[in-house]
Amino acid sequence: MLKIAKYTVYDIARNKIILSYAIFLLVISLSLFMLDNDPSRSLSSLMSVMLIVIPLVGIIFSTIFIYNNSEFIELLVAQPVKRSYILLADYLGVAGSLSLAYLIGMALPVTIYAPGTTGLYLIVTGIALTFIFTSIAFFCAVISRDKARGIGMALLLWFFFSVVYDGLLMGFLFLFNDYPLEKPVLFFTMFNPIDLARITVMMKMDIAALMGYTGAVYRDFFGTSIGMVFTLILLAIWAVIPLIIAVQIFRKKDL
Amino acid sequence: MIDILNLEKSFRKVKVLKDINISFNAGQVVSVIGPNAAGKTTLIKCLLGMVIPDKGVVLFDGKDIRNDDNYRKHIGYMPQIGHYPDNMKVGQLFKMIKDIRNISIADCIDEELIDAFHLRNIFHKAMRTLSGGTRQKVSAALAFLFCPRVLILDEPTAGLDPESAETLKSKIISAREEGKLILITSHIMSEVAELADSVLSLQEGRIIFYKPVTEILSEMQEERFSKAIVKLINQYQHAENC
Amino acid sequence: MKPAMLYKLVILIGILITGVADAAAHTIIVHPSLKVKNISQALQQAHNGDTILVKQGRYAVANLGIDKSVTLLGEGYPVLDGQMKGDVLIVNVNHVIIKGFHICNTNKGSLRNYAGIRCESVKNIIIENNRFNNTLFPVYLPKTSHSVVRNNVINGSSHENTTAMESGSGIYLWYASDILVDGNSVSGQRDGIYFEFSNGCTVSNNRCKNNYRYGLHFMFSDSNTYIKNIFSDNGAGVAVMYSGHIIMLQNRFEYNWGPAAYGLLLKEINDSRISDNIFGHNTTGIYMESCSRNQFSGNNFNMNGWALNILSDCTGNRFDHNNFTGNTFDVSTNGSPEQNSFDANYWDKYAGYDLNKDGIGDIPYYPVSLYSKIVENIPYAITLFRSFVVSLLDKAERAIPSLIPVSVIDHHPLMQQYRKS
Repeated sequence: MLKIAKYTVYDIARNKIILSYAIFLLVISLSLFMLDNDPSRSLSSLMSVMLIVIPLVGIIFSTIFIYNNSEFIELLVAQPVKRSYILLADYLGVAGSLSLAYLIGMALPVTIYAPGTTGLYLIVTGIALTFIFTSIAFFCAVISRDKARGIGMALLLWFFFSVVYDGLLMGFLFLFNDYPLEKPVLFFTMFNPIDLARITVMMKMDIAALMGYTGAVYRDFFGTSIGMVFTLILLAIWAVIPLIIAVQIFRKKDL
Repeated sequence: MIDILNLEKSFRKVKVLKDINISFNAGQVVSVIGPNAAGKTTLIKCLLGMVIPDKGVVLFDGKDIRNDDNYRKHIGYMPQIGHYPDNMKVGQLFKMIKDIRNISIADCIDEELIDAFHLRNIFHKAMRTLSGGTRQKVSAALAFLFCPRVLILDEPTAGLDPESAETLKSKIISAREEGKLILITSHIMSEVAELADSVLSLQEGRIIFYKPVTEILSEMQEERFSKAIVKLINQYQHAENC
Repeated sequence: MKPAMLYKLVILIGILITGVADAAAHTIIVHPSLKVKNISQALQQAHNGDTILVKQGRYAVANLGIDKSVTLLGEGYPVLDGQMKGDVLIVNVNHVIIKGFHICNTNKGSLRNYAGIRCESVKNIIIENNRFNNTLFPVYLPKTSHSVVRNNVINGSSHENTTAMESGSGIYLWYASDILVDGNSVSGQRDGIYFEFSNGCTVSNNRCKNNYRYGLHFMFSDSNTYIKNIFSDNGAGVAVMYSGHIIMLQNRFEYNWGPAAYGLLLKEINDSRISDNIFGHNTTGIYMESCSRNQFSGNNFNMNGWALNILSDCTGNRFDHNNFTGNTFDVSTNGSPEQNSFDANYWDKYAGYDLNKDGIGDIPYYPVSLYSKIVENIPYAITLFRSFVVSLLDKAERAIPSLIPVSVIDHHPLMQQYRKS
């Protein structure tokens, strides 16, 4: 499986897009750190960029890549290789390459300019988001034979998780403001990986404000190391579930 | 060697294969013929496990190919149109396939076609720069590379220049002499006559007939194979109309 | 340093010197192995102005009244154990110095303010370099004046499950005046320093950390000065109420987290000056309710949830040359507080420009964001902070500023952080 992943990485490395992605992130990170002499402020701007860009690039690049890579897949399915291995290897290759670009473009500047736990959280959640949205992209690409439809679906899912979900949550909060919402809100954030990542970093960045009105439950949940482990497990589940579904469908798919 | 039992497959509402029952044995060259959209390619893809049948089983050496990937070790497949990663170079492609197949020195490697097609001269070229014919050559070389017991060739000579087509045909003939099972789809009747022992005719997803070439010729009392085939097909069609 | 304060210090140093000079006359040494075995024995022999030197050891002392103007000196921190029987030392006369003791184990309970050292209606007392632990009210000064509490180390109850109500204030002044509280460190008490009806005091260089309720708490105490103290990690921060003419300079208010914790809670505080303090990492930096005519300048608000929460019943307060950096929200309010002014502060969220390069932004800054108004009404909306939806909201608000109060506005936002020259 790793052999196939290796060839996928070779293929992506020849692709200029992943290099441009790394450079794009690098330019943004460096300019944010250099234009502002307060690294914690740069870090918070960087987090906003990360929450938008990582899922978007992750899901779009991966979806397009799978469609463009159909030849490779076609070639391999006639070989004595397990189908699930082919897809998993592709996943590792794509998510690994995107993560590498992210590590160079964003994690490296963060470790240089703003080392510390907040930076570390940002790096870890960024990689988690890369793996999650690559996984969702694989799901989209596998269930839709048509490229345009698959990419459209990927974009819609990104838009849903980035904007619509939070908008709905906001509406929900407006409507049910009179009720104790601590647990429902906590519950709902679990169903959006972007929210999950955002709150994880916020627990370091805006700890003071989070300790305010909604304090107790958040501290009990995200603040403790058990909560931290739990969040990481949740993020891992978010990466694994769409991928498992994609593999199941792919195993029975006609090529 | 390969047994197909009650195979059925539809794409959405269109039935592409209807109740296919057939056996192929070693040392045979079977030519699969039929008009476009008769189900030839789908049948081949079922054998390769690329298309998952709705019903029925495919047995390879008596073993169900579902949930088994290793049987493909014994099959060399040459697709009708070879799709390859665009950025990959020809040499890398061969290297990669060997690498993925985990080839050890003890295994048989047959690079005769690579040499015969002079592919080494273009090892440095990227796949996307190749012409259709050259791609066919690469596909053919790949199919024979691992000395497989079964060769599945989908329109092998289409797009090849006459010289290369001859090279490939003689390679097929020598493979038959080695006792391999070879399945060929083709529209070119002269080629079928030249290579095949038996003919499998498909139409609208059904087997029309499956007969040895010699039998066809003697039954139809024709010397030219193409005429005999047309005659035979017409005969079956009339039979159906009655 | 202000002249009034200097004057006070001179007097206090005078007290100290006279005390020492008197002591030179007679010194009584106390140790279980000597003739004078305990402090009460020594007190019987002593005259005003004598020194009682207590050697290292453990002494059972409960409700010991000090009725002569003596200097009590501990050598090697002799332990005065109250055995949970009431107060430990009770000072009943003026001119007493208590130095170098380890005082512990007063009675507990809410019947009385059991004290480590109780000084009631006296003057010219010095309490210095003592250690307190497991004492309900370590230093209790009702109706005392012209005294010094300096460099004492107070650790509250050693019991793990003590609650705020089971412990008392570290340094408690009640109807006291002209007291210097300097260099003390207080932790594990209900309130670190607590003043009621006490005026003209100076509180400086103290460290109040990890107290159950407030680091500093005062009510009805006017004209006091607070300089260079550190109040951090207290259950509810610092709360000061119903007082005027307060001066707070160069203090640190830090790490007070929780829905009811404030770096500094001001309720009905008037005509006061709060300058050059640091408010860092608090859920709310300053919370103001019914406060008037106060001046806030040169303060640093850094990494707070809400730097400033000003209720609409506050009037005539002025904020200038403060730095607001890294706060989740700079200013929030429940309505539209009028007649308060924000001018020439540095706001790190300010996105304006300075074309004429005079260091002042050319467009005004509105420190109250739409989202902070939403969070004010819907607390759980804090969950959505930093989400794309919220940044869209704030962008929309900048385009159509109709919902945020116009009265909170800084017309001359600074382009660079203010640094005191």
